[in-house]
Amino acid sequence: MTNLSYLFAAYAVVWVGIFLYILAISRKNARLEREIRELENQFQRAGMKK
Amino acid sequence: MISEGKRTVLWRLVWFFALAAMMASLYTIFFYAPTERTMGEVQRVFYFHVPTAITAFLAFFLVFLASILFLIKKDRKWDHLARASAEVGLLLTTLVLITGSLWAKPVWNTWWTWDPRLTTTLVLWFIYVAYFMLRSAASGDTGARLAAVLGIVGFVDVPIVFMSIRWWRTIHPVTISPSGILLEPAMLVTLQISLVAFLLFFIVLVRERYKMIVLAERLTFIKHMSLPVTGRFSALKEDN
Repeated sequence: MTNLSYLFAAYAVVWVGIFLYILAISRKNARLEREIRELENQFQRAGMKK
Repeated sequence: MISEGKRTVLWRLVWFFALAAMMASLYTIFFYAPTERTMGEVQRVFYFHVPTAITAFLAFFLVFLASILFLIKKDRKWDHLARASAEVGLLLTTLVLITGSLWAKPVWNTWWTWDPRLTTTLVLWFIYVAYFMLRSAASGDTGARLAAVLGIVGFVDVPIVFMSIRWWRTIHPVTISPSGILLEPAMLVTLQISLVAFLLFFIVLVRERYKMIVLAERLTFIKHMSLPVTGRFSALKEDN
C-alpha cells in the first residue's frame, strides 16, 4: 500500500462509519415514530368504538 | 420556551453548519494544509484522528456529568443523555483506533504496538463496550444506576489517555506541549476547522440518538398501557 492508499483508507473509514451510523439512527427513528402513530391510532379507534 | 417549529429550524441549521464545516475541513485538509516533510501525505490522517479523539473525550465527559446528575436527581433524561453520548463516544473511539492504526503502518511500520497512548485508548474502548454490555445485562432502573456508576468511574481513563505520553516513555507524537501547540499556522487552522466540524457532528448525533431513546421509551410505555385496549380492539376487528 502506498502512503496515499493509507490516507484514503483512513478517510473512507471515518466517512463510512459516521454516515452508516446516521443512516441507522434515522431509519430506527422513522420506524419508532411510525409504530407510535399506529398505536395512537389504535387507541383512538378503540376509544371511539367504546 | 422555544416553539417546536423554531426548534426544528434551529436543528436544521446545526445540520447545515455541520455539513458546511465538514466540507470546509476537507478542503483545508487536502488543498490548504502543507505536506509534512518526513511523513508525507499520510500525516493528513492527523486532521481526522485528533479531532475524533478530542470529541470522544468530550463525549465521555458528558457521560460522566450526565451520570452524576442521574444519580443525584433520579431523572431518566440524564440517563438517556449519558447513553446517547456514550454510544457516539464509542463510535468515535473506534474511529480513533482504526485511523491511528492506518497512520501507524506506513510511519511506524506496524499496525499496532503496546505504546502507553495506544494501550490506554484501547482500555478506554473496552470500558465503554463494558458500559453497553452492562446496560443490556441489567435492564430498567438497576441497569441505569449501574451504568451511571461505570460512566463516572470509567471517565478516570480519559485524563490517563491524555497524560500517558507525558507520564511514560512513548513513540506517539506530542502535539500539545506546555509551550503550546507544536504546529505550523496553516496546519493549526486546518486542525481547528476539522475540530469544529466534528464537534457539530457530535451535537447532532447525540441529539438524534437521544431523541430515539426517548421515542423507544414512549413506545414501550404506550404498548404497556394499551395491552387491554388493543386486545379489545383486536376483538372488535374480528367482529367486523
